[in-house]
Amino acid sequence: MARKDSNFISARESRRISRENAKITKKLDARLNRKHVPEREYLTQMHDPGNVVEFDDLHTSFFTDVGTVKAVDGVSFSVPVGKTVGIVGESGCGKSVTSLSLMQLLQRPSGQIVSGEIRLNLGEKAYDVAKMPIRAMEKIRGNVVSMIFQEPMTSLNPVFRIGFQLDEIIHLHSPEQTSEEVKRRSIDAIRLVGIPDAEGIYNRYPHELSGGMRQRIVIAMALVCHPRLIIADEPTTALDVTIQAQILELLRKLKGEINASIMLITHDLGVIAEMADYVVVMYAGRVVEKGLAREVFLDPRHPYTIGLMESKPVINKTVERLYSIPGSVPNPVNMPDYCYFRDRCEKCVSRCQGEYPPEVHVSDTHIVSCWRYFDDPKRGGNE
Amino acid sequence: MSETSANVLEVRNLCKYFPIKAGLFSHVVGQVHAVENVSFTLKRGTTMGLVGESGCGKTTIGKTLLNLTPKTSGEVIFNGSVHLDQLSARELRAFRPKIQIIFQDPYASLSPRLPVGEIIGEAVREHHIVPDGELNAYVSRIMKSCGLFDYQKDRYPHEFSGGQRQRICIARAIALNPDFIVCDEPVSALDVSIQAQIINLLEDLQKEFNLTYLFISHDLSVVQHISDTVGVMYLGNMVEYADKKEIFARPLHPYTRALFSAIPVPDPTVKMNRIILEGSIPSPANPPSGCKFHTRCRECRGVCAQKAPKPVDMGGGHTVACHMYDPESGYAQEKN
Repeated sequence: MARKDSNFISARESRRISRENAKITKKLDARLNRKHVPEREYLTQMHDPGNVVEFDDLHTSFFTDVGTVKAVDGVSFSVPVGKTVGIVGESGCGKSVTSLSLMQLLQRPSGQIVSGEIRLNLGEKAYDVAKMPIRAMEKIRGNVVSMIFQEPMTSLNPVFRIGFQLDEIIHLHSPEQTSEEVKRRSIDAIRLVGIPDAEGIYNRYPHELSGGMRQRIVIAMALVCHPRLIIADEPTTALDVTIQAQILELLRKLKGEINASIMLITHDLGVIAEMADYVVVMYAGRVVEKGLAREVFLDPRHPYTIGLMESKPVINKTVERLYSIPGSVPNPVNMPDYCYFRDRCEKCVSRCQGEYPPEVHVSDTHIVSCWRYFDDPKRGGNE
Repeated sequence: MSETSANVLEVRNLCKYFPIKAGLFSHVVGQVHAVENVSFTLKRGTTMGLVGESGCGKTTIGKTLLNLTPKTSGEVIFNGSVHLDQLSARELRAFRPKIQIIFQDPYASLSPRLPVGEIIGEAVREHHIVPDGELNAYVSRIMKSCGLFDYQKDRYPHEFSGGQRQRICIARAIALNPDFIVCDEPVSALDVSIQAQIINLLEDLQKEFNLTYLFISHDLSVVQHISDTVGVMYLGNMVEYADKKEIFARPLHPYTRALFSAIPVPDPTVKMNRIILEGSIPSPANPPSGCKFHTRCRECRGVCAQKAPKPVDMGGGHTVACHMYDPESGYAQEKN
């Protein structure tokens, strides 16, 4: 029978898992829901003050009825001030969950940060977002860190005017400002994203605008409080190529104007190459390779990165046949204890049978998690 | 029906208008010009790529060709002599297996209540492609050539990943032994590594069964990889049509140039000379006068707003609809 495969669990087993999950998530949720938490509890020190945010061994799990899904499984990287970091990977690799962990927007109670630190630099002090209660996080979210989502229609409320939605954010984060000041700031933000008739748009509803315009409004909403970090989660995936070019150009221009860092999440290697200073490649909840954009694109080391780049057709570069990575992503409930990519990898060495590979420094900035480079990081071993 | 005709498909001046209805008795108040005067021919065993922004009429062309939506005017001729709209219902039904379509969203285009074997085998049985006794073996063979396993025959679509579902859709299409398949954005909903698998599969099947594809996509790099000829659409018009090598090496129409320059290249050392188009695509219900592209065009001159450009043959089957290349249009005489 087809049902008796490895993924099958009985109803009794599922109930048992569900009860156990409830125990764990209740405890974690109670911690987050506390009302008066002294600031010292989540105060921390940045390892490098030149970074806006540092992810340090972050583990985020989803406690589902079929088992625990380790969506993010030990992710470490940092976003320097004023730079763009591109996170690339296929769907389900944990790139969105990483950013949602930073925003504390995980679907609770099943989604929880289990361990690790997310150090957020606020200038004179630094907070550990992983330990922050939701009340404190409300002051950070949209103000210090803001997010641009993929689908501009679903991230705007269809029953409120554009102006109202922008004003709301400013009211929330600067309650001392008068309505006139707030309106002026909103209109300035609309103008900043390259919409000529700002006053007109201020009174419109989202459905009256085209997709590109809506995405500009979403970007304006992200910028209106002058955040230190903007997370752009697939900001151009729903848009046409010509509109994508406009939006990318806009993001590049704005980054310079307001001096923010950008965390750009996408599966499009082309967009990453164009925008990013640093690249983080994720696979099955882990970072497999990270480094400067030049290093990762011109000298990719991890077999997955190489496969990903070869499998994408590139304009003005003809290949007889596209490379395709064999197999598919492992089941997220039962992750193996060896390298997650081993079963799909064509360049395995005998060491790959062992535990998950450690981080290997190819250069000061270029880090790869693969056994092939363990002995000789410069060239990589072949057995 | 001449099976040996070199052209699988000839399209002449195809038009498709959708009525805009309003009011209590839904009288027609206007028309959306979804496809206007599109002509091309498709040789047997080749792939034509159709690119353009959303709303430019790519999908409408695909559906109109297969008579899934009736055309407004123009001619669509299969295998040199078959006009779909002139066939009787019985003849049309008999011809249907020859023309198939693969849809964009593999989650929406498979019935959740049928097992995979039935999804693939249903039409095969109805059209008597193979004798009833051999149906089971035939479905197994088709599934194998599409990279699916025999034991998956009794499973339901929800048990498969996106890439595998797209394989099922492809298996369903090729099981009827078609001549011509419309691939309507078959890889847009898939991840990069799965995309490559599906593209390779489509190419293998094309060689094996001598298939002809109309490959509709907004991803130019995929189109460049798979196509032999490429047509670029803008607001219902085909603005440029040429051989793949020709069009990518020498794009002529200002829109094609802008479109090609907008593709991000996965190489951080390449600095692109990007042409950024201002604004967005105008509404097809109320298209601009003259050349539809003139509102966003950099090379626009007076004549562009007044009359629509005619397709000009630039040699070697490279046609472009732009006043710049038409010596009779009076474009060259005007001052910029």
